[in-house]
Amino acid sequence: MAETILEVKDLVKHYPLTQGVLFKKQVGAVKAVDGVSFQLDKGETLGIVGESGCGKSTLAKVLMNLERATAGQVLFKGEDISRLSGAALKSVRRNIQMVFQDPYTSLNPRMTVGDIIGEPFEIHPEVAPKGDRRKAVQDLLDVVGLNPEYINRYPHQFSGGQRQRIGIARGLALKPEIIICDEPVSALDVSVQAQVINLLEQLQGEFDLSYMFIAHDLSIVRHISDRVGVMYLGKIVEIGTDEQIYENATHPYTQALLSAVPVPDPAARESRERIILSGDIPSPANPPSGCRFRTRCWKAEERCAEEIPLLAIPTTLEGPAAHDSACHFAEVRESAAA
Amino acid sequence: MSTAAEAAGREREAPYEGPLLDVRDLHVEFVTRDGVARAVNGVDYSVRAGETLAVLGESGSGKSVTAQAIMGILDTPPARIPRGEIRFRGRDMLKMGKDERRRIRGRRIAMIFQDALSALNPVLSVGFQLGEMFRAHQGASRAEARAKAVELMDRVRIPAAKQRVNDYPHQFSGGMRQRIMIAMALALEPDLIIADEPTTALDVTVQAQVMDLLAELQAEYHMGLILITHDLGVVADVADKIAVMYAGRIVETAPVHDLYARPAHPYTRGLLDSIPRLDQKGQELYAIKGLPPNLLRIPPGCAFNPRCPRAQAVCRGEVPELYPVAEDDGRPLEGRGSACFFWKETLHDR
Repeated sequence: MAETILEVKDLVKHYPLTQGVLFKKQVGAVKAVDGVSFQLDKGETLGIVGESGCGKSTLAKVLMNLERATAGQVLFKGEDISRLSGAALKSVRRNIQMVFQDPYTSLNPRMTVGDIIGEPFEIHPEVAPKGDRRKAVQDLLDVVGLNPEYINRYPHQFSGGQRQRIGIARGLALKPEIIICDEPVSALDVSVQAQVINLLEQLQGEFDLSYMFIAHDLSIVRHISDRVGVMYLGKIVEIGTDEQIYENATHPYTQALLSAVPVPDPAARESRERIILSGDIPSPANPPSGCRFRTRCWKAEERCAEEIPLLAIPTTLEGPAAHDSACHFAEVRESAAA
Repeated sequence: MSTAAEAAGREREAPYEGPLLDVRDLHVEFVTRDGVARAVNGVDYSVRAGETLAVLGESGSGKSVTAQAIMGILDTPPARIPRGEIRFRGRDMLKMGKDERRRIRGRRIAMIFQDALSALNPVLSVGFQLGEMFRAHQGASRAEARAKAVELMDRVRIPAAKQRVNDYPHQFSGGMRQRIMIAMALALEPDLIIADEPTTALDVTVQAQVMDLLAELQAEYHMGLILITHDLGVVADVADKIAVMYAGRIVETAPVHDLYARPAHPYTRGLLDSIPRLDQKGQELYAIKGLPPNLLRIPPGCAFNPRCPRAQAVCRGEVPELYPVAEDDGRPLEGRGSACFFWKETLHDR
């Protein structure tokens, strides 16, 4: 059994909605993350998929402690880091780094690449290399496949894919144990995406990193992840190994999501059965009672409005279908066009 | 909605036999401070009524600029069109006067943009913006325009259209806004719709809804559709034929099934190979090396040669034209072309 490096228990992040100018009172809350639990093992990649507004990016921010959790725990090697502040938080943060989606806005245009990648050393001098920091930055550039001579260039002199490499080098600077990648390739051209994915995989082997890989592209998530969690409206609705999720999905939302992904194969056009969901994601300020997916679900019954389905292994299922799924009527979809 | 056409006093012509739109040797350049960026360098393609042409390419490949040139919405300057023809029903639109082009734009050729939020005016209600089409092109009264706006919103299946006609764009979700864009494009029953990345900004489940709607309406009105996208999955779902663009040129054309089964250009092949596949789990993904070229400095010869695994001396010296692709026994493959000196070898690669 691999060592668990990060454990998240019942994590909640609510953003209060207030009314009134002088005397603010809370009239509700946007329930961006509402009771999420999972664990991440050393050296593992956990993919998180879901549509916009499902809370996957908020989850990343709470794990990074960029946003304070409303409730719940984030255990890094057994220690709850969600309540830390000051020096204790700073020292723990070194171990969890983040790679952002948009390489055009996540790098300061007025800083050179050397300064950007070297800045973590200024903030954490205790782990900075003794002696030549410039050399260390050049080594990092080399590791991510950029020419070390580019150290004095500015971000605008690089293409999108190269900028994402700079962001990755910055994330690696402090030798973290966990890297949270929030849509790391979705802003890149198709022909460049594969290069960045390969780099991330190669670095994982080299530095024994654990990844949390947040994305909406299901095929890329499948390629890179050991396990995948599917989020809908602030909750994880299904989580399991890639085979369990992609071949044996038991939650209707996962099934709909998978069936909606355009397949790059025109021969599959007729054969596959797509589930077209009606409507849009409800507002997280006012989620449906019971199961949050019931307003768009074709299986929904009265029970779904009354009883919140728990994320657990359904007792009726066996084999690869038996994995955590938050549905009262969880079952593998028959006639899935495999 | 036939009444709409009648009201405009526009007669439905007999179905046009030739291609609705025929682009020939189109060049578009942008004059910038650093030099001339050659965005489109000799593009040919054509679309018939009822047909879907997908134009596939990465950012900077010239796919959107070509569309903007067809619509006549390029800012000139900095853009200029030094060469080429854009024939709509046989007549070159580049030779038409401003007024004549205006009558075609919107009425005969309509466009759907990627980002519906910035394509719609935020301070006008969607009903007003939809109705404006009828008021501007058909002289409809405010009340008539409003009624037609409701009818259009119904057509693209916006729930409770009557109640929502006075809502503003920000009050709609992304998928609903894109439906409004589609409604706007359909308003005057155009012959041809150009959809520029219509679902890129949408989530997959909503993307499926919108693409289905678009395909259904296209069949119903027997329109031509040019779908501009970078997504190989979307293309496989809806296109009849495909034109792959790279650095302002079409590098490969093919019917949709042929392209995926047997690409004849190394760039297309690279794109297809870099899609993560099941049997490659845990292995390195195939990646096209290098970066798309800077349009100010397109490499001499074949623009793809610095990234191409097949490149030879000839690729650096000469620009390949779009060669017809044929089987070994010389049987031509219908609708196929490849701008590669080694299309034959590439075709046999798998």
